[in-house]
Amino acid sequence: MLDAQDRQLLEHIQLGLPICPQPYAEIGRLCDMAETEVIERLSRLKQQGLIKRLGVIVKHRQLGYRANAMTVWNVPDHLIKQLGGHISRFAFVTLCYQRPRQPEWPYNLYCMIHGKDRATVLQQLEQLVDACGLSSFDKEILFSTRCFKQRGAIYTTKVLTHG
Amino acid sequence: MDELDKKIINALQDGFPICDAPYRQVAEQLGLGEQELLNRLKALLDNGTLTRFGPLYNAEQMGGALTLAAVKAPKERYDEITDIINAFPEVAHNYARNHELNMWFVLATETPGQIQQTISAIEQQTGLTVYNMPKNKEYFVNLKLEA
Repeated sequence: MLDAQDRQLLEHIQLGLPICPQPYAEIGRLCDMAETEVIERLSRLKQQGLIKRLGVIVKHRQLGYRANAMTVWNVPDHLIKQLGGHISRFAFVTLCYQRPRQPEWPYNLYCMIHGKDRATVLQQLEQLVDACGLSSFDKEILFSTRCFKQRGAIYTTKVLTHG
Repeated sequence: MDELDKKIINALQDGFPICDAPYRQVAEQLGLGEQELLNRLKALLDNGTLTRFGPLYNAEQMGGALTLAAVKAPKERYDEITDIINAFPEVAHNYARNHELNMWFVLATETPGQIQQTISAIEQQTGLTVYNMPKNKEYFVNLKLEA
């Protein structure tokens, strides 16, 4: 459970950590908390998984990852867990999710590959299809053509009070 | 961005220590001075290479919700639809994709109920059907991209 001090901390760091030699002491000054307490609380929140990750959030296009393919398959429900697990073992796969089918959109298995060029991504995809036995299932490959917006998800005080 | 910037980005994608002098610890691992690491990191944020340096929260554990959604935007209305959708603060990412469903965006809201409210508002303002594809199950997430 989050207490008021956890919420205060999460709120203070959500836009970024201070860039100075003792960032946690600095956060402590802002939140009226001792540095050791800030470190203890953040370590616990990280361990509990509420802080998924602490570090740099990159703009992948800036790093040259411009070929971003979302591939979707329509696979039988009883095979999806096994196939999802198999796909996830490939180092070039960045995301793999099961999502609900929609009217006129029968796909339930989603896989993202971020690459530097389309040819490489298509080759990787072919390798994936062969290795996982996906060739007999309907699929579509959707490359992103433009990125209109990318921001880190920000949660305000309000969210924190719901937590 | 030079080789040292790349090393810094790769090291800091793996995670940032929670201890009294975390930058010094990372700088030592990379074989550079603490001040140089601080300067480089500031520059990478200022020039827009990095979106943020900080935490990524688990939306669901925070009481919030996420979903993937898409619309079929007619070509002649594409820019207008883009502007309408991007104006929603709940839209975290928005990408054009080469398909009839040609605009794909992620919604992040403070409560699960706000997902449907946002979708309804987008449908009302655009006149388009929004396909809502929340995750049923997450098999894998790798957030690291080698710089």
